[in-house]
Amino acid sequence: MVRLASLDSAAASSLLRTMLLIRAFEEKVSEMYAKVEIAGLLHLSIGQEAVAAAISSLLRKDDAMYSGHRAHGHALAKGADPARLLAEIAGRADGYCGGKGGSMHLSAPEVSFMTATGVVGGTIPLALGSALAFKERGQGNVAVVFFGDGAMNSGSFSESLNIASLWKLPVVFICENNGYAEFTPISAHTLVERASEHAALFRIPSETVDGNDLMAVLDAATPAVSRARAGEGPSLVECLTYRLRGHYEGDPNKYRELSEMAEWKAKDPIQRFTALGLVPPEQVSGIEAEVRSVVERAADFARSSPRPSDAASQVYA
Amino acid sequence: MSGTFLQGVNQALADAMREDQSVYVLGEDVAVGGPYGATKGLAEEFGENRVINTPISEGTVVGLAIGAALQGLRPVVEIMFVDFITLAMDQLVNHAAKLRYMSGGQLKVPLTIRTACGVSGAWGAHHSQSLEAWLAHVPGLKVVMPSTAADAEGLLRAAIRDDNPVVFVEHRALYYQAGGEPPDTPELGKARVRRAGRDVTVIATGRMVGLALEAAGELAKDGVEAEVIDPRTLQPLDVPALAESVRKTNRAVVVHEAVVPGGIGAEIAAQLQAVAFDYLDAPIERVGAPFAPVPAGPSLEAAYLPDAAAIVGAAKRTLTRG
Repeated sequence: MVRLASLDSAAASSLLRTMLLIRAFEEKVSEMYAKVEIAGLLHLSIGQEAVAAAISSLLRKDDAMYSGHRAHGHALAKGADPARLLAEIAGRADGYCGGKGGSMHLSAPEVSFMTATGVVGGTIPLALGSALAFKERGQGNVAVVFFGDGAMNSGSFSESLNIASLWKLPVVFICENNGYAEFTPISAHTLVERASEHAALFRIPSETVDGNDLMAVLDAATPAVSRARAGEGPSLVECLTYRLRGHYEGDPNKYRELSEMAEWKAKDPIQRFTALGLVPPEQVSGIEAEVRSVVERAADFARSSPRPSDAASQVYA
Repeated sequence: MSGTFLQGVNQALADAMREDQSVYVLGEDVAVGGPYGATKGLAEEFGENRVINTPISEGTVVGLAIGAALQGLRPVVEIMFVDFITLAMDQLVNHAAKLRYMSGGQLKVPLTIRTACGVSGAWGAHHSQSLEAWLAHVPGLKVVMPSTAADAEGLLRAAIRDDNPVVFVEHRALYYQAGGEPPDTPELGKARVRRAGRDVTVIATGRMVGLALEAAGELAKDGVEAEVIDPRTLQPLDVPALAESVRKTNRAVVVHEAVVPGGIGAEIAAQLQAVAFDYLDAPIERVGAPFAPVPAGPSLEAAYLPDAAAIVGAAKRTLTRG
């Protein structure tokens, strides 16, 4: 286990903190939704935190990140301010987008979290655009895009793999394959169940890993990001994972067996990482307390922020 | 300038690329000049890094250009025919148009899409449409429809300099036309009077401007002086300039090649009656294609297209009423 040795305790603490922050933040989102403090269509990534944490740890502040509809964790991991993020999800004036974006259209360009999207697969081509600009600039930046297994069957995905490969763009495709496109298991939508199979067709290096094992994600993504930085073209990392919540908050979850959910709960990425012992237990509880207080302050900030009404402004630059 | 419409487009692209290193041209066959020569010579002067041939993947290419624009480039994408913009409508409508707004003003998308529209040469239903009204209906997009060589050059420069996504719609039948008035300083959102007159206002877009001028010549033989106005930009629309003319003539005809129902003429008529109702002596007339796809056969195509006689007829209807 060379890789364990290569992760120092500060790095391990930082990765754990990112996962715990996402978990605490999304539990707060869920709680505020239940109390009708947040409205809208909310897609939580509880259970998938290892992917966001591992990938973000490899990025510079000015590396571009794009995401899909399940984006809270990605934005947090990229360094977005939890208070402004929560205010945005709550539709408040002090949110990153002044309440105009909301949960599915988050944007925090100050940390190069460019945009999320409500259209499945929609931001994959946008990441290619950032990558093209980076390639021309020649400063070794990379663009990363997160998408789910549902996006694998979109034309945008195949077209983007083709162009990224052809033009050797510095982009890393991260497929969070959580086995379900909304309420439907992947097997009902395609015979090609692995994003890495698509990547292989377009001659893009790829790896399918256990997405609930942070170290495995890190192992696969490290060379992928390095290749992009070195001008060697795109890579794809497929992370097999599972959302422990429904597709959206309020989803009755009738399409999944309780046994399946219990099985995945036992594979919780945070518990698995903690069990490695890279972060001492007293430090783990310290981080937990710290992120909870960050999230409480974020909730207070969101609640006290004004409700905007300027619905027709900022349409044009 | 005294060149053709296409040369105007080519000149604008070359000048923009010389002026600003962040201007990139992308599209099918653009590095070899494109099907009409609009991008001729650009790859030779600026290199294939900045004049990029793309696969036939309209949606992804437009999405890629949006990402490049977010990252500081100023891309100009050629969609060979507006009929194929349907393949990129998701990216155009859901991302290009909305990212400024959805991000609360944090992002901007300085993207220009050049695309050819219109009936010419019996190319049928998939290479001849006029879809500009769809685009003008989307908050966040700007839509430009030049009618002269000078405007093709001037307005394309303005579109590329603009910090918003602009769809620049070029009528194919105008590509080899030269002449027209000397350029003013075109800016997006400004109409131009093509012929002054006092009796009826004819508002025409794209290729219909020439037909409207022809119709005005016919009307003049009967002592009717038509004022022909070219909006040039459909979004934003220069309503004050159009209304000023209508307040003078008290009559209006709106002409476009697109099908009449739901066309930009409906919007223009609604805006004019809202600001100049008391000045109108007759209902606003609309002239355009019938509510049918564009046919392929030459005789059908001729029957489908609005002509000068239709414009003359509509103008006379406004004059014989009230």
